[in-house]
Amino acid sequence: MTVITHDGAAAPAGSDAPRPSRPVRRSPLAVRSLPALGLAPFGVYVLIFLAVPTVLAIGTGFVDGEGAFTWDNIAALGEPVIVQTFINSIHLSLVTAILGALIGALVCWAVLGLRDGSPIRGGIDAASSVLAQFGGVMLAFAFIATIGINGVITTILKDTFGIDIFADGAWIYSFPGLFLPYVYFQVPLMIITFMPALTALRPQWMEANATLGGSIPGFWLRIAAPILAPSFLASLLLLFANSFSSYATAAALASQGAQIVPLQIRAALTSETVLGRENLAGALALGMIVIMAIVMAAYALVQRRAARWQA
Amino acid sequence: MSAVPGSRRVKTAGLRLAPPRWATGVILGIVGVVFAVPILSMVEFTLRDREQGYSANHWLDLLAPENPAAYAPLWTGLTNSLILAVVTVAIVLVLLTPTMILVQLRFPKLTRAFEFLCLLPISIPAIVLVVGLAPVYLVIGRTFGTGIWPLAFAYGITVLPFAYRAIQANLEAVDLTTLANAARTLGASWPRIVIGVLAPNLRVGLMLASLISIAVVLGEFTIASLLNRQNLQTALLVVSKIDPYVAVIMSLLSLVLVFVLLLIVDRIARRVSALSLGRA
Repeated sequence: MTVITHDGAAAPAGSDAPRPSRPVRRSPLAVRSLPALGLAPFGVYVLIFLAVPTVLAIGTGFVDGEGAFTWDNIAALGEPVIVQTFINSIHLSLVTAILGALIGALVCWAVLGLRDGSPIRGGIDAASSVLAQFGGVMLAFAFIATIGINGVITTILKDTFGIDIFADGAWIYSFPGLFLPYVYFQVPLMIITFMPALTALRPQWMEANATLGGSIPGFWLRIAAPILAPSFLASLLLLFANSFSSYATAAALASQGAQIVPLQIRAALTSETVLGRENLAGALALGMIVIMAIVMAAYALVQRRAARWQA
Repeated sequence: MSAVPGSRRVKTAGLRLAPPRWATGVILGIVGVVFAVPILSMVEFTLRDREQGYSANHWLDLLAPENPAAYAPLWTGLTNSLILAVVTVAIVLVLLTPTMILVQLRFPKLTRAFEFLCLLPISIPAIVLVVGLAPVYLVIGRTFGTGIWPLAFAYGITVLPFAYRAIQANLEAVDLTTLANAARTLGASWPRIVIGVLAPNLRVGLMLASLISIAVVLGEFTIASLLNRQNLQTALLVVSKIDPYVAVIMSLLSLVLVFVLLLIVDRIARRVSALSLGRA
């Protein structure tokens, strides 16, 4: 990432280089100005607010309180407490991504049954884009109002059925409480990202399959599944990245404790006493970046394959 | 299965990719109800009276003049978020857009690299970025003071992928080179070309990018919270400790606002895709 930023930022320096000696044929606009200089403001901006923070975030993990190089923080990534938060984060992201992907795909399939341009379909589109953006603090409030201590569902279950969902403690405010809200923003994201793949499926292929004597389950298994698999996997990876990097909902729900990596970073940033190490936030950030890089690289690979079927 | 020689004539008319009607209804019905429950619960929550039953008291509280002090953080946060939205949109329009035009016109070879750069923030979680932004904003705080607006520089990065996609879709549907050359031939200066000729052709994409940026900025929590700045979302959390009802009411209101914003975005987006299809 820095390479490219350097490109942008280094562009003005490059403008001192010899100008094209032959007249520029493609556009007569070129000659006088130093167009590369025009890239400089954006280059500098991205350098200061994207490249520098990213490098700092990763770099501080290798530096101790006095600014000397150390492996200490990186070694801390191996501590059982930290390993457990990474396992929790991956567990949470994986479970909610799979649930979100399955429910979302099911909704996409059902939407195929609606007429194109029907108001219900428009409503689902609009609701999905809102609810996918609905992460954060407000989502936490919604779930506190629903299944919090005095939540609507909690009260109904208690008063009508005598079921106390908090018999084992107020789990909504800790790690188990994150699963439902996360699925809530994963499903709409799945609908947005997977719908194009499903609508690209041609009814003609089904007819061709039938004409050649194929069965309907055979169509879904042998034709639709291989075509949809890359798109499904790509969406799944995107959903994983989405919940893995999500912070606000967890921060608003779980004001204490740090069961997932983003909350551990909060603890490290605000108190600096996690495991008695300074700059642990940097090491945690590095750990997150590595996992995100792997997931997003896999996403880019799979997406390229998926795009083939969506002309 | 049915490919017995006798039944050679295959019925293709009844074949549908879509599930049967009843299944569509059941799936959408169940998922719809489950997803409506938290929103409806918020509404129910705000209508609870202090003693028993229901009333609109909590909604009226919001307007009552006697407790502005309790809600002060909310108005500060809202004002700050609106300032941030304006500055972020300015960054998109004044910094990102001209650069995209320049890349398109003069550095087409950089297009892929530039796209990669603009989409990069998707892969860098805000919670990671904030670790590195903290020292940067320490310096900024000393230089520009601790006003809220410099935070928009960080938000400009957050909205970069969304804004880029919106503008790029429009950019590809317009023959920028011809427009610029024509204007140049007629003796227009570069600022005039960009503002007077190119921008009007890109207005749909620019509008889209601005609206999405506003929606993202209004919902941002992570960076503001960890850099100790007050915006709408951090204020909601603060106020929820004092008066959870008002916090939920404000959440509902901003949900409606974002819904309307995105509805407009959706309308415009359809026009953009119609635009590019028309050219193809």
